[in-house]
Amino acid sequence: MADVNRGNRPLSPHLMIYRPQLTSISSILVRITGNALIVAGTLIVWWLFAAATSAEYFAMADAVMTSWFGKLVMLGSIWALWYHTLGGVRHLIWDNAVALDIPTAEKLGWAVVVGSFVLTAITVAVL
Amino acid sequence: MVQFALPKNSRVKRGKTWPKPEGATNLRKFDIYRWTPDDGENPRVDTYFVDMGTCGPMVLDALIKIKNEIDPTLTFRRSCREGICGSCAMNIDGINTLACIYGMDEIKGDVKIYPLPHMPVVKDLIPDLTHFYAQHASIMPWLETKTNRPAKEWKQSIEDRKKLDGLYECVMCASCSTSCPSYWWNGDRYLGPAALLHAYRWIIDSRDEATGERLDELEDPFKLYRCHTIMNCAKTCPKGLNPAKAIAEIKKMMVERTI
Repeated sequence: MADVNRGNRPLSPHLMIYRPQLTSISSILVRITGNALIVAGTLIVWWLFAAATSAEYFAMADAVMTSWFGKLVMLGSIWALWYHTLGGVRHLIWDNAVALDIPTAEKLGWAVVVGSFVLTAITVAVL
Repeated sequence: MVQFALPKNSRVKRGKTWPKPEGATNLRKFDIYRWTPDDGENPRVDTYFVDMGTCGPMVLDALIKIKNEIDPTLTFRRSCREGICGSCAMNIDGINTLACIYGMDEIKGDVKIYPLPHMPVVKDLIPDLTHFYAQHASIMPWLETKTNRPAKEWKQSIEDRKKLDGLYECVMCASCSTSCPSYWWNGDRYLGPAALLHAYRWIIDSRDEATGERLDELEDPFKLYRCHTIMNCAKTCPKGLNPAKAIAEIKKMMVERTI
């Protein structure tokens, strides 16, 4: 029995059948926002780099960055920055081995999600 | 390594729909993962209809009814039917749990049943747990002592014994480890929530004298630190335990012993 067709055993389905959880979704978003911010950071460096290069080059880069699409990307980046920051704070709390029971962890999850939108709104209002 | 798609031989196909039982008025639909090593076919999902009027309340009751009355080839592990043996762990309605203590009233709509996720399948709902058990053995799940054996038993205060509550109850059903995305992608080297919960159970046991060695053993980029506090483990544990907290406690001890 133990050796029946061992090499050909299928792998059972995983991500495609597992129900998303508040905790798992808020966790993967930390990673997604972190990676997206690399792109946002690169764009801003390119913008500054253009300013240091020449007036014509800056005019072009500035047009891209302040176009509706550029603004949308930057708005998304502000949210991503807040989300990633709050997610990091949540990890700092967890690193003390506290707030890990499911009800508290889920409250923290909502706090990160709601907090990121509120802080994004405040940031946009201040700017 | 992260691999979202299933290997070719593992892609799930639509299976057969078994006839409805005659004369039943309260039918419930069950979609159940099937695979047999005997025919060289891919896994499939078969559909069964169970008469809820004559079926017990738990998912395991329905599985046994299907096996008895509709399809005797349906294969699954079960033993105690009261959540203490851990045999009937499977993915029910998108989460890992024990079929014997998961009530069908907790499920909305059709009942979808798969084996524990991201595991090699032996047959139908039976995953191969060899590696999972080997990882458990690797954390030395026994009392390690250096001092001479006492005349009677190793004593423990009531307070120290209390530290084991929430840890010793684990029945090794593998629901938590197979719910963990980190374990899916790095299960070859990451020990997973179940083995780490057991590791912590021995680390904080006041009678154990190998705490340092146990921590040394876990000081590794994969064995312990692939835990990213996703918390699927604690959310899914059918015994209501919290492996995520046990892992956080180990990480904390790792820091504390270096400062």
